[in-house]
Amino acid sequence: MLSRMADRPRQNEPVSVVVDRRRFLTWVVASPALVVAARLGLDVPEAGAAEAQEETALNLYIAIQPDGRVVTTLPRTEMGQGITTGVAMLTAEELDTRLESVDVRTADADPRWVIQLTGMSSTMRYLAGPIRAAAATARARLVTAAANRWHVLAHTLTTAHGEVIAPDGRRAGYGELAGDAARVLLLLVSPAPKDPSTYTVVGQPTGRIDARDIVTGAARYTLDLDVPEAVPLVVARPPTLRGTVRDFDASAALAMPGVLGVTRLPTGIAVAAHTYAHALAARDALRISWAPGPASHLSDADIRNRLRDAIGARPLPPLFTARTLEGRFDFPYLAHAPMETQSCVARVTEDRAELWLGAQDPKFAQREVAEALGWALTPHRVTVHTARAGGGFGRRFFAEAAVEAALASRALGRPVKLMWTRNDDMRHGRYRPASHHRILAYLGANGSILGWNHRAAIPTVEFPHGFGDALTAILGTVLPEVTSQVFFELTQHVPYRFGWVSQELREVSIPIPTASFRSVFTSQVGVANEVFVDQLARELGRDPVELRRSQLKSARLQAVLDKVVLEGQWGRALPPGVAQGVAVLEEWDSAVAHLVEVDVTGAAPRVLRVVIAADVGLPINPKSIEAQLQGAAIDAFSTTLSAGIHIDSGAVREGSFADYLWHRMKHAPAEISVHLVRSDDRVGGVGELGYPSAAAALTNAIARAAGTMPTRFPLLDPGV
Amino acid sequence: MPAYQFILNGQTVSVEAPADLPLLWALRDMLGVTGPKYGCGVGVCGACTSHLEGEAFRPCIQPVSGVAGTRVTTIEGLGGEGLHPVQQAWIAEDVAQCGFCQPGQIMAAVALLRKNLDPSDADIDAAMSDNVCRCGTYVRIRAAIKRAARALREGGATGEGSR
Repeated sequence: MLSRMADRPRQNEPVSVVVDRRRFLTWVVASPALVVAARLGLDVPEAGAAEAQEETALNLYIAIQPDGRVVTTLPRTEMGQGITTGVAMLTAEELDTRLESVDVRTADADPRWVIQLTGMSSTMRYLAGPIRAAAATARARLVTAAANRWHVLAHTLTTAHGEVIAPDGRRAGYGELAGDAARVLLLLVSPAPKDPSTYTVVGQPTGRIDARDIVTGAARYTLDLDVPEAVPLVVARPPTLRGTVRDFDASAALAMPGVLGVTRLPTGIAVAAHTYAHALAARDALRISWAPGPASHLSDADIRNRLRDAIGARPLPPLFTARTLEGRFDFPYLAHAPMETQSCVARVTEDRAELWLGAQDPKFAQREVAEALGWALTPHRVTVHTARAGGGFGRRFFAEAAVEAALASRALGRPVKLMWTRNDDMRHGRYRPASHHRILAYLGANGSILGWNHRAAIPTVEFPHGFGDALTAILGTVLPEVTSQVFFELTQHVPYRFGWVSQELREVSIPIPTASFRSVFTSQVGVANEVFVDQLARELGRDPVELRRSQLKSARLQAVLDKVVLEGQWGRALPPGVAQGVAVLEEWDSAVAHLVEVDVTGAAPRVLRVVIAADVGLPINPKSIEAQLQGAAIDAFSTTLSAGIHIDSGAVREGSFADYLWHRMKHAPAEISVHLVRSDDRVGGVGELGYPSAAAALTNAIARAAGTMPTRFPLLDPGV
Repeated sequence: MPAYQFILNGQTVSVEAPADLPLLWALRDMLGVTGPKYGCGVGVCGACTSHLEGEAFRPCIQPVSGVAGTRVTTIEGLGGEGLHPVQQAWIAEDVAQCGFCQPGQIMAAVALLRKNLDPSDADIDAAMSDNVCRCGTYVRIRAAIKRAARALREGGATGEGSR
């Protein structure tokens, strides 16, 4: 895809465009069609950049096609977070074209993409600038081309609905101007993006551009793709995590109807057949002797003990401490459990591999597959097409299915489509690690808060995919390799004036595969903090909202807290057994507050009503922001109340949604209202924002209804 | 191998398959109908929910032999030429996130509304709780069902929403 971009000489120098005080470089990469690429200017060479553009890293590009359609190509994956709609809106806004005229495509893995990782709530934060810069540059070129064609002053021209319009009524569509626009030598109008106050598309609640495809069943996920000759493939896996094959006998399986082949993989035994039904039946007929995995000596209680032991002795309290409060919290392992299980279509020949999968990091998948095939030094032999993903939540940073499918395709000599069963996905996945937390709050004689010490013992979270320079882009500093420890330091903050504050990660090595989960460490550390803030309020006899208001350092948090207090009617009269809880979070350049009302009079707590206020800066698509916050709340409630993973002698107990108790319609609150507060026009992240304070607000509501603070999650887990 | 004939989305189809082959794989692997999704294979997630003689059912646990001579409708066959009012309501409420479970959710909702044009929250809880949405779109699913119910009661379309 990228190779097509550079097949024509370039006409001019790159253009520097400033958005939100950040500089972006834009340049034309192809004609006769107009294709404008952009990248963040942080590390752009000052001079001579035009020379090396074919190899220049970029963030995205926008193409104006001869028919007037606009295609924005970006190195990000749509997993349900609505980015394709947001990107289309930004493109349509700056180009003055119809939203319906914009297509958004996900790029293949390519080293020239500066960051090709979908996570850390970074897509819109990071790409909104370059999209606006590229689209505004394209618009300036189209206007200039029309001015040249009509011999009129460029600044007298206007643009609307994909056309340039002259004062005398002449019009030209973008498609017919695209060729000239690509050859423009000198821009006659400014390529500066619009002022957000003039937006007419961005900021309007807008339905998903792919909604119709989804509701008609036309939307295609990895296993819906029509890759010729690709045959169904499943893998027999060990009873324990990371168990291995000692030996196996496939004779019975191979004799079964429809079976096309069996091959041994590092992770198990793969079976290909004409249908998945045939493959699954043959899988059951394999006779395999398994060696236990590295965690087979560990069960939940052992892991909990190890984590507790890692916390260590209390540090010395600050001077003048009169009283120390201690809170302890246990969080479980969590499976990401996306609706679409891990899957991959692979076609491997002697010297090439082509794969299709819903990857959150296609470049990592490419690297992993190249290594597995023995092509570590020539990874370009592996093409990774990114498919629409049926949910990600952090799970699809990893690409085990890609490696398995590639190896099986090579061994069987045919294209394969690998499907992990739900059991595979639950029992052989990667997990948000369990954790144990000790929070110490130091109080002075007069009830003042002198210090806050939070020590979290967490099994190492694996980040082998790294973050490209996603963190660099977000934090504005260049980082060495990002480890769990570094990521913890960077992301975990206490937003209160609590005196001497320290938070420490105690990494514990436990041989259970992990992956970051929506909101990463904050899904535990941030939740525990906000629950213990409520406990502190209880101990001090103060109202949880009033205590927060008095100690919050951030005006944005104050504003969102005020908003939920107002909209949710904090303190209103409620029947016995029904209570409210609040919690806040500032992260990913955004701030959020939750107010949850819960009824604890039934067999299980039932959330009745949720009020959310969020400050995400410039809201690109309020409808999408609302959806993310509603979904994250359900995520949080499910894992706070009922969904958790158990480890029994190195094996995962849960096998499907029958025992991994995710919320269903009957558990969901009737109302989750979202209110947006806009403090400025920076673009904040949304995908992960809504989890931690939703979990904490629910826990706080339950604590206030029941009179005691829950400390072990999920709360309804009987603990055996 | 026995052949089983049934009416799929209005067309007669025939598949040669073992009697116990789950219908989901006949649909997806033999007939190329990919709207019904695999989510669990054991009837607990609802991602493959389709209609058998107008009733919601789970193709992943339905042997193909059992549908011989019947009418099976998947999401692809729901709207006919245009969109079914439930699909329209789904667009108007902007329900979908990842979208993987939504064909099943929509088919479950259509089955509910066929029997009950004015479902209460409790009716919706009862009819829809066999379907999991991992993205957590339940609030909007509920709103879309109510919107579709209103439209069906009034005999009109629900509009395609703000797009």
